[in-house]
Amino acid sequence: MTALLTIAALEAGYVRDLPILRQVNLSVMRASLTVIIGPNGAGKSTLIKAIAGLVPVSAGTVTLDGADITGIRPDQMGALGLAYVPQTDNIFRHLTIRENLALVLRRVPDRTTRLDELYALFPPLAAKQADRAGSLSGGQRQMLAVAMALSGRPRVMLMDEPSAGLSPKIAAEVLDLTRSLTAQGVTVLLVEQNVKQALRVADHCYILAEGRNQLDGPAAAILSDPMVAEIYLGGKRVGAA
Amino acid sequence: MIGLISYLAFFATMAGILAIVVLGLNLQWGYTGLFNGGVVAFFGAGAYGTMILGGRPEPGQFGGFEWPFLFALAGGVLLAGAIAWIVGILTLRLRHDYLAIATFGVAVAFESIARNAEWLTGGAKGLRGFPRPLEAAIGNTFVYGLCFLAMVMAVLAAVYWALQRLVQSPYGRALRAIREDEVAARSLGKNPTRLRLQSFVIGSMIMGVAGGLYVAFYAFVSPQDLAPILTFQVWAMLIVGGAGNNRGAVLGAFLIWGAWTGSGFALSKFAPAAMQLYTGPIQYILIGTVIVVMLLWRPQGLLPERITQRFTKTASKVGTTSKGAF
Ligand SMILES: Nc1ncnc2c1ncn2[C@@H]1O[C@H](COP(=O)(O)OP(=O)(O)OP(=O)(O)O)[C@@H](O)[C@H]1O
Ligand SMILES: [Mg+2]
Repeated sequence: MTALLTIAALEAGYVRDLPILRQVNLSVMRASLTVIIGPNGAGKSTLIKAIAGLVPVSAGTVTLDGADITGIRPDQMGALGLAYVPQTDNIFRHLTIRENLALVLRRVPDRTTRLDELYALFPPLAAKQADRAGSLSGGQRQMLAVAMALSGRPRVMLMDEPSAGLSPKIAAEVLDLTRSLTAQGVTVLLVEQNVKQALRVADHCYILAEGRNQLDGPAAAILSDPMVAEIYLGGKRVGAA
Repeated sequence: MIGLISYLAFFATMAGILAIVVLGLNLQWGYTGLFNGGVVAFFGAGAYGTMILGGRPEPGQFGGFEWPFLFALAGGVLLAGAIAWIVGILTLRLRHDYLAIATFGVAVAFESIARNAEWLTGGAKGLRGFPRPLEAAIGNTFVYGLCFLAMVMAVLAAVYWALQRLVQSPYGRALRAIREDEVAARSLGKNPTRLRLQSFVIGSMIMGVAGGLYVAFYAFVSPQDLAPILTFQVWAMLIVGGAGNNRGAVLGAFLIWGAWTGSGFALSKFAPAAMQLYTGPIQYILIGTVIVVMLLWRPQGLLPERITQRFTKTASKVGTTSKGAF
């Protein structure tokens, strides 16, 4: 297996001279599921946004399949085969479900077939396709956000807490779905607070805190690491949301 | 009888011209979320541009090239578009209230130029004398008034039709997406900066069309026509009619113009003489009140934005798709 997405010594932040990420390194194997965990404010979302070009990068590189994509414009993501599911505000509430999907499908040549595939994958969306997305439940909204990201058949999915606010059962379904993407050759970089469940489906795990790498390793090893268990899986909890 | 009909034609012509302006603002605000506080500048650019190119020559005055009406109008519209483009490049990074202040400033500057650049604009006395299209051929003033009304209505219908097509197309969907969340739209591959600029320029050119028609109608334009009240009237029309709904925009234009002229008429007829001095200010207060009441009572307007037709028509059964929807 080779790394499809590599992050090297990345520094990024929202304000000049105030980096949130400090020297972050990370590599994501082709068709694998890599999860990033860490306390609130660790910089997980910032890292995903820096890859997507939504936060300025001050140092370091982002490499996709050998090509340097540091500091791309976010609207170039689609062309590069990247898709991003934001943590919040990831759908357009005033557009219908169908219009939300159509925004992305516009670039897809076989859009009609693709829409059918997406509806088959997410039946609740098909049933409500003509309604405003604002009328969906929280879980259905996440579903729509994931469906939108999947529309363009991306090579790499960047997902920021897709299971946030979902019931445990639906959260597990979303994570299973995420896992199944890798079987189709999609490479996934996932941020999760649902640590136990995420580690269950992930291949590799990175722990981030205060904008720095803390620890990384195969998901199974992290899951059984006593220190991680103490910090993240009960006992002392760092950030609960 | 003929008096009443020509009055109605006069009223409807003016309402139709204003409806075109409101449609332009609806593209900017209703569909793209751009707060244009300087509507009058783009209307004025269309008016002055058309007048300078198509008006009659006057000694010592620049302009008066007597271009055929359509060419003069096109020139005025391009002028409005060019100003919008420059203003847009400079200000579209600004959000709602700041954009409103910046565009309001542009309108004030425009009025100031019109008032002071006498060689170009005739200064405070304005520019007078415009060969109205086909007037000589038609002759009769009454008939001509009706023909002019028909022309304004035809332009209004054409603008309405074109905008309906635009906003229901994928392009319109992208505009509504950036109106709602620019960052999210950007991550989906849309270019908000370009889309906002395009929408701003197209909307302003539509306002320029109305300005050109206005000049042909009155054969006169002066800084009086650039007073900020016009911007507020147009906003009142859009708010009352319903932002994000083109039919609402047209309805609002006719309703508010009716209320405006009606209140002016009523005040001049029935108010005591001392109060008649204040007709203008009283009307201003009325417009302000209408905006406030509407925003409190029915912020979505009389005809609220609707879910796009093309999408509601498709069945909501699992897996059904219609090719026409894209
Ligand atoms: N838009 C912003 N502007 C300025 N600072 C921000 C912004 N968003 C986040 N930050 C700061 O960046 C740091 C990292 O935030 P980030 O959102 O990346 O955390 P996170 O790991 O995703 O946390 P969570 O688990 O709560 O989602 C925090 O200190 C936060 O205050
Ligand atoms: Mg986050």
